[in-house]
Amino acid sequence: MFLPMSSATHNARRAPLLGIYVLLVFAFLYLPIVILVLYSFNRDGVGGFPPRHFTSHWYAQLFTDGAIWDSVLNSLLVALGAVVLSLTLGLFAAMALDRADFPGKSIFRRLVLLPLILPGIITGLSLLMFAVLAGLQLSLLTVFLGHGTALISVATTELFAGLQKMDRAQEEASLDLGGTPWQTFWRITLPNLKLSLVAAGLLIFTLSMDEIAVTFFLIGRDNTLPLEIWARLRRGITPEINAISTLVFAVSVILILIWYQIRTRSIGKEVHELLERP
Amino acid sequence: MYSRAYKLIVSLPPLLWVGLFLFLPYALMLAHSFWLVRDGFIVHQWNLQNYAKLFQNPVYLTVLLRTMRIAASVTFLSLALGYPLAYYMSFHAGARKDLLYQLVIVPLWVSYLVRGYAWKTILGSEGVVNGFLQYLHVTNEPVSFFLYSPFAVVLMLTHIYTPFVFLPLYASLEHIPRNLIEASQDLGASPRSTFFRVILPLSLPGLLAGATFAFVLSLGDFLAPLLVGGPSSIMIANIVQSLFGTAFDWPLGASISVCILLLTIALLFLTERLEKRCSFR
Repeated sequence: MFLPMSSATHNARRAPLLGIYVLLVFAFLYLPIVILVLYSFNRDGVGGFPPRHFTSHWYAQLFTDGAIWDSVLNSLLVALGAVVLSLTLGLFAAMALDRADFPGKSIFRRLVLLPLILPGIITGLSLLMFAVLAGLQLSLLTVFLGHGTALISVATTELFAGLQKMDRAQEEASLDLGGTPWQTFWRITLPNLKLSLVAAGLLIFTLSMDEIAVTFFLIGRDNTLPLEIWARLRRGITPEINAISTLVFAVSVILILIWYQIRTRSIGKEVHELLERP
Repeated sequence: MYSRAYKLIVSLPPLLWVGLFLFLPYALMLAHSFWLVRDGFIVHQWNLQNYAKLFQNPVYLTVLLRTMRIAASVTFLSLALGYPLAYYMSFHAGARKDLLYQLVIVPLWVSYLVRGYAWKTILGSEGVVNGFLQYLHVTNEPVSFFLYSPFAVVLMLTHIYTPFVFLPLYASLEHIPRNLIEASQDLGASPRSTFFRVILPLSLPGLLAGATFAFVLSLGDFLAPLLVGGPSSIMIANIVQSLFGTAFDWPLGASISVCILLLTIALLFLTERLEKRCSFR
């Protein structure tokens, strides 16, 4: 598609000032992360310069900290539940948007995407009001319902894109050859969507693990990891928070590397494509 | 090709679920904004008092304007950082393109809260910057204005939204056919006018998408002011949050939320229109 670079374009490649600017932008993006990791090994706590006295004490303390690991477990439970719930409903929603016509379809499409576009506080508070009305006690269950519902947006976007790329002829063949819709779904549709399902699942998992704005209003007594960190921040800062953050960062990077192996399309573009449809 | 029953079976569960767990909650938000609190109870009496309060008490307008100023600063700074980054990567990075792209993505996935926390440790009076300044003997006393100011909020949010602004920008720059740029150069346009008359207009859709995203999400942020801002950088969502918490006036809080919601939708609508006008297809 791209033509080989002409000499004119080639000359434009030398842009030392722009290069320096870009380096500074990268420095800005990475400064907090470097500081975070660096000071998780600092004996004298967070702050001061330069960091001295390397220690792994904070990590040792972290591993004996029951409350943190309870919250990690809670977050994992909520995230896994949210993945299952939002993938299931997102798959139905994507198939409905792709294949069925019903009154209010365009309103439905926008409504599903709303939690992705609106500030989290609005979705969080709306769900809180609903929980109060329904007489639900705030707990991990309400957090799970909130995450699962808000993240249907991500699942639908990803799976809709997957369905659009799928070759419809395979399904037609299956149905023509006497396969039931049920068989066709399990043996054609689902296997074809495998990549989209895994990609959406990983994305939903990481988003749920890090979610705070919605969780903030739906949480009961048991904290998720971000809310446990939040509660500790209010009490003061300790390098233990650096240590757990560094670990979470490392795990996220690994998950993202897996995700990128699977696909590189940006979700933003897909949301856009879905919104643009008449 | 798909039977009626098939369509019904795939449509019904998501419709019911979304109706119950999304539509109903958002509708409840709207309903609350027309109700009242009396003696610590929410009274279902339809009225416009909450909206009247918002217009009468100047505090709400002041905070809303401040919030919009902060959101606009964040949007502007994210563009100022993100555009050159996207431009460089699309036109100058060559073989390192993919690696640099991944490098922009990685910070995006560090927890929001953790990045805010990191800025707190950098800017605080016992923090890294102050330690550094004292280490160099620039100052002997810690400088306290870094943290707990609108500046800190803008800095933190800019850090968070720069990659978000970068993504659509980069996508739109990558989609510009390279022969258009060559045509411009061959016809004698200077690099400057090639940029302003070819590249910039063609990247407007991405620019608008990124800017809207940064603006809308900054507008509804309540954690940054709590983390690194002080009383001087309270934003509109903080008022909502306190009305739903200690101040216990859900209807008033709901009316502010509805305003944020309307503002967001108006903005999305506007950029969609603008984008349609800009795109050359």
